[in-house]
Amino acid sequence: MSVNYGSKRVVTGAHYGMRDWLSQRVTATLMALFTVVLLVQVVWPGQPLGYDRWAGIFSSQWMKVLTFTVIVAMAWHAWVGVRDIWMDYVKPVGLRLALQVATMVWLVGCTGWAVQVLWRL
Amino acid sequence: MPEITKQRPGTMRLVDALQYRLPLAGVVSILHRASGAIMFALLPFVIWLFDVSVTSEISYEQFTAAFTAGIGFLPGWFIKLVVLALIWAFLHHAIAGVRHLWMDMTHSVALSQGRQSAVFTLASSLLLTVLLGARLFGLY
Repeated sequence: MSVNYGSKRVVTGAHYGMRDWLSQRVTATLMALFTVVLLVQVVWPGQPLGYDRWAGIFSSQWMKVLTFTVIVAMAWHAWVGVRDIWMDYVKPVGLRLALQVATMVWLVGCTGWAVQVLWRL
Repeated sequence: MPEITKQRPGTMRLVDALQYRLPLAGVVSILHRASGAIMFALLPFVIWLFDVSVTSEISYEQFTAAFTAGIGFLPGWFIKLVVLALIWAFLHHAIAGVRHLWMDMTHSVALSQGRQSAVFTLASSLLLTVLLGARLFGLY
């Protein structure tokens, strides 16, 4: 058995694996629960689903807070997933870094837009 | 060099990967990734739909018109196809995700369980996509 500590330690791979594994599941669970909460309100019997009822679903404060949380969870979830894709398929370090930065910009931009839409309701 | 690094195979290229015949669990796995990538790429479109659908009654007209008159030079049927792709991506990703949670919580990782849950994931996401797609295209 070769030495696997100190300066001989194998440091390939990712030490952040457990944290990402867990956050991916926590954020996924949040989004799944949100889907159920939204679906219940959409199919709830009442007036036909038009603008008033649809916008009304998102206008209550608790729904805004919940939706906001889910938007952040989604951005985090997408970051972990898309970064995994780049890490698996893109080997040149410079290109990978560029793609990761572009992913961050993309996700932060989308999050900002979604939150803006949500909070001006 | 430690033993463990010596045992590693070389870099696998896409042409090598395509030589493998994937088991159904593998198909679910690669589609989980593909569906996630689709949703990531179309995120601005989804937020735009959310934006116009909730902002005002006038913008709501824009929302419904997207599916009939289209957006710009893109016809309505094309928008419906894109939304159909998003519906499938969401369903497959969500069901495959719940499959992961179920495997983690109940340690259901035997070969037969993995195969059965993979069949369930593929079948249920496709069935729901067909049902919602038929509604989207006005078949019922």
